[in-house]
Amino acid sequence: MSALLSVSGVSKAFGGLQALSEISLQVHAGEIFGLIGPNGAGKTTLFNALTGLYSIDSGEIRLEGTRLDGRPPHQVLHAGLARTFQNIRLFAEMTALENVLVGRHARTGSGVIGAVLRLPATRREEADSRQRAHDLLHRVGIVQHAHRLAKNLPYGDQRRLEIARALASEPRLLALDEPAAGMNRGERAALRELLLQLQNDGLTLLLIEHDVKLVMGLCTRLAVLDYGVKIAEGTPDRVSRDAKVIAAYLGDETV
Amino acid sequence: MIKTQPRWLVFTLLAVGLTLLPFLVDAGLGRSWVRLLDLALLYVMLALGLNIVVGYAGLLDLGYVAFYALGAYVYAWLASPHFGLHLPFWAILPLGAGLAALFGVLLGTPTLRLRGDYLAIVTLGFGEIIRIFLNNLNAPVNITNGPQGINLIDPVRVGGFSLSQSQTLFGITLTGVHLTYYLFLLLTLAVIFISMRLEDSRIGRAWVAIREDEIAAAANGINTRNLKLLAFAMGATFGGLAGGLFASFQGFISPESFNLMESIMILCMIVLGGMGHIPGVIFGALLLTLLPEALRYTGVWQRNLLGQIYVDPADLRMLLFGVALVVVMLYRPAGLIPSRRRRREFADTQG
Repeated sequence: MSALLSVSGVSKAFGGLQALSEISLQVHAGEIFGLIGPNGAGKTTLFNALTGLYSIDSGEIRLEGTRLDGRPPHQVLHAGLARTFQNIRLFAEMTALENVLVGRHARTGSGVIGAVLRLPATRREEADSRQRAHDLLHRVGIVQHAHRLAKNLPYGDQRRLEIARALASEPRLLALDEPAAGMNRGERAALRELLLQLQNDGLTLLLIEHDVKLVMGLCTRLAVLDYGVKIAEGTPDRVSRDAKVIAAYLGDETV
Repeated sequence: MIKTQPRWLVFTLLAVGLTLLPFLVDAGLGRSWVRLLDLALLYVMLALGLNIVVGYAGLLDLGYVAFYALGAYVYAWLASPHFGLHLPFWAILPLGAGLAALFGVLLGTPTLRLRGDYLAIVTLGFGEIIRIFLNNLNAPVNITNGPQGINLIDPVRVGGFSLSQSQTLFGITLTGVHLTYYLFLLLTLAVIFISMRLEDSRIGRAWVAIREDEIAAAANGINTRNLKLLAFAMGATFGGLAGGLFASFQGFISPESFNLMESIMILCMIVLGGMGHIPGVIFGALLLTLLPEALRYTGVWQRNLLGQIYVDPADLRMLLFGVALVVVMLYRPAGLIPSRRRRREFADTQG
């Protein structure tokens, strides 16, 4: 398998705090790659570094060979890496449908002139975007909320809306930051189903998750971070038996 | 068929109403009110321009009047005895709007990383810088004629008609203020149209996304730098256009007309009316232009009813204005006509 995302030697410090040290990992096309670790291990920092929200101090990030580090967030998305946020960041005063339409921004191109004159190309693009947005809302199971404001959706649906918005940019790699956080058991099961479906359709997923059961059952491979260092990588089975991981992370769970 | 009729009817009634309005106002309230109507239309344009920056993109701009000033001075320079140039209005207005747009980008560039209070302070400074420049650029080379301002600015001429003189067409005498009304109305409708189309577009959604959450907007592929600059430029364009019209309408401009209070008034119009919502913004602009004038009549009423004037209408105006602002913000924080959430979105479900 070829590496879709390749992270090599990425470091990031905030003042005296080394948030990431020499992180290297490879995500292969078609897999669900899990990123786990205790709170403050640097998982979200790594996400922010991957998606251009943080600049990195050293190292290299490539998506299918294209350098991502040093690029602003919108270019990272253009390159094919979309993400969701741990603390949901929807456009609160926009409807669910509009949120997904914003997700289409990178894959559409009409400007001011097209919008004002409603040129045929703009109209086609808009109709196409709306159709796709509807389909995506349907896919994540919240099409009935298409015209409700994002802020008024139930919590679990907000998480799903964020996924739909990220999918609207037709990413090759989707990075999900704790998608199951705050979800009840039923919602988790539905999310799991959705993620497996997405994988089935050929999408590659990078997943930060605290729910160990979900991660173990879903991920092809895992990397474990602790204090900004990658302490283990491999199949869930192997990782769960790793002594360092048990000490750093899983140990806490079994107490 | 039955469904489309009311809409058609509304449009016709609106068109007839807007056409007859200056005559009705002239007959009912007097000519000075027609003039005020012209001014109100200018403020509608200004408010809609600022609405793009503040209402859509969420960039608090307190120096908006600078673009209005630029548009006005460009018009004055190119159509007055000051430089001896007398270009036609259709050539100057786009130039003024274009220059304002350029300055919009110039102002936008250094403020891209700023938000909220900080952005407000920098834009406020920009507005003042422009005004002070206009005040002082009369030496060594006299560009702006300083605080005296520029006068004898050419009125708008269409064909052989000048909008400053009365014309008789088909037996109907149209005064300058009437003709100006129709020109301003036409341009205001164009500004409204452009605003509406932009709001409901990829660009408009990107602006609102930036307003709602800039980081999420960037992470969703929006080039926040370019779109913010575009918002500044679009807003400034409308400001520059209104400025040019103002100069031609007044025939005289000076830096005094473009002070901070003016920026704040325009901001009040959109906040009071309903930020980010076109009908609200229009209503806010009309209300804040016409209401202070209407309150002048309180002097006459006081004299008639009470025998003498107890509260000077000029004081009362500002007092009532302040009270109205506080009351609206307390009880209708989203504005008088807030955006009724997306009726068009509901229409969309049937498709």
